[in-house]
Amino acid sequence: MGEPPTRNRVVITGMGVVAPNAVGLDHFLKAIQQGISGITFHQNLKDLNFSCCIGGIPDVSEELKSQYLTPLQLRGFNSSGILYGCMAGIDAWKDAGFSVHAETLVDYDTGMVFGTGTSGIEKFREAIYKLDDKKVKRLGSTVVIQTMASGISAYLGGILGLGNQVTTNSSACTTGTEAIYMGFERIQRGKAKRMLVGACSDDGAYIWGGFDAMRVMTYKHDDTPEKGSRPMSETASGFVPGSGAGALVLESLESAMERGANIYAEVLGGDINSGGQRNGGTMTAPNSEAVQKCITNAMKDAKILPDQIDAINGHLTATIKDPTEIENWTIALQRKGSDFPYINSLKSMIGHCLAAAGTIESVATVLQLKHQFLFPNINGEDVHPEISKLIDSEKIPTQKRKTELNIIAKASFGFGDVNGCLIFRRYKS
Amino acid sequence: MTREEFITTLKKIVQPYIQDEEAFHNLTEDTDFINDLKINSANLVDVILDVEDEFDIEIDNDSMEKMLSVKAAIEIIESKLAS
Repeated sequence: MGEPPTRNRVVITGMGVVAPNAVGLDHFLKAIQQGISGITFHQNLKDLNFSCCIGGIPDVSEELKSQYLTPLQLRGFNSSGILYGCMAGIDAWKDAGFSVHAETLVDYDTGMVFGTGTSGIEKFREAIYKLDDKKVKRLGSTVVIQTMASGISAYLGGILGLGNQVTTNSSACTTGTEAIYMGFERIQRGKAKRMLVGACSDDGAYIWGGFDAMRVMTYKHDDTPEKGSRPMSETASGFVPGSGAGALVLESLESAMERGANIYAEVLGGDINSGGQRNGGTMTAPNSEAVQKCITNAMKDAKILPDQIDAINGHLTATIKDPTEIENWTIALQRKGSDFPYINSLKSMIGHCLAAAGTIESVATVLQLKHQFLFPNINGEDVHPEISKLIDSEKIPTQKRKTELNIIAKASFGFGDVNGCLIFRRYKS
Repeated sequence: MTREEFITTLKKIVQPYIQDEEAFHNLTEDTDFINDLKINSANLVDVILDVEDEFDIEIDNDSMEKMLSVKAAIEIIESKLAS
């Protein structure tokens, strides 16, 4: 056994985001600094007898759509997740300094992991009605590409001409965080110079209905939508559904330096694991031991110590599980009270964007490092007593806070008892 | 419907799918959908659906396989309209 091969350092050189409270990176930065909520009331949910009639849907005009997809691509198009994913992915690619046109050569050095939970659910509904009406021929050519899980990576891969691994991952609400980790590993191992990583999630009744039926979404804020998503609050009463996409261009430090690319931050390390639905873990609840292991393994992978973490961007969905998550962080980091890092949850502004959550929230995390601030955890004024027993309330910023940040940990947890944790570091040249 | 009228209608139908503007501009009866207009073969089924809607006809699988050029399309549409 010789020395282990050198691992490439991995940096972030481009980002794109389509979120309920802002579309586009510049708007998103302003929105999260100002604590702007993207949660609104949706009459169609009310009409369908939903208990929770509020949610986060990005504001995308027809005109904006046509800047990303051709008239042919938009013909018979009915997949909001693919739309959001393409927009975020194209933005991230351009932000990294690359151009987008059909004549570019195949880029065999760049690949993609772009996740989703389910694809084109509205398109699928359309197709099922036609099928049951015995009109299978009338489906045309657009159903498969919009409803296959890998629809998003297939669309984006062709638009950008990527020639390395092009795939879609899926692990419930861990999907986005896992996509980043998978791309990071591939560059570390020297299998690709760049990986476009991201995740997207459809919006609306057909994707959110199952959660409404499980009674895990809040039904108390139909009249006060912006107050509905309350991570870490004593009055949290369930999550608020969201949708959208986030995308990041990961690149080996060497390649980024060669190109003279703008570097947002470094991905120092991370971990992905599962609690096996044992030791308290179930299909829908995490095994705390596995959560703690995921966090400690991520720190080990990043070669950092717990007290180097300046802030945490939590999963924190505003359900009864928030205090458990905080407890898991205190155990994994062996830090509590006033020694605990700052912690916030973007879900307070945009709701739970399900499969896309991890990437949208990672974009926010990286912006915090780049611009040295913490976004406000809105609706968190009344900290849950079980949380304030564990950590000082002042560690949960309710206003934007300027502060020096070098390392932020980001975690996501998903149904199926799956966990993901990433360690991001401020990049100083 | 005259041949010219058929061609005008077909031009309108195929326009969203074509990827060769020049061949589209010079479209004649002899124009081939895939080789000349560079229509993606997967989109041919969408062209057929649009033809069905426009002329209120149903195009069976055998006819569909033959519908690869403007000329073949016109012949098939005419025969369906006549039957």
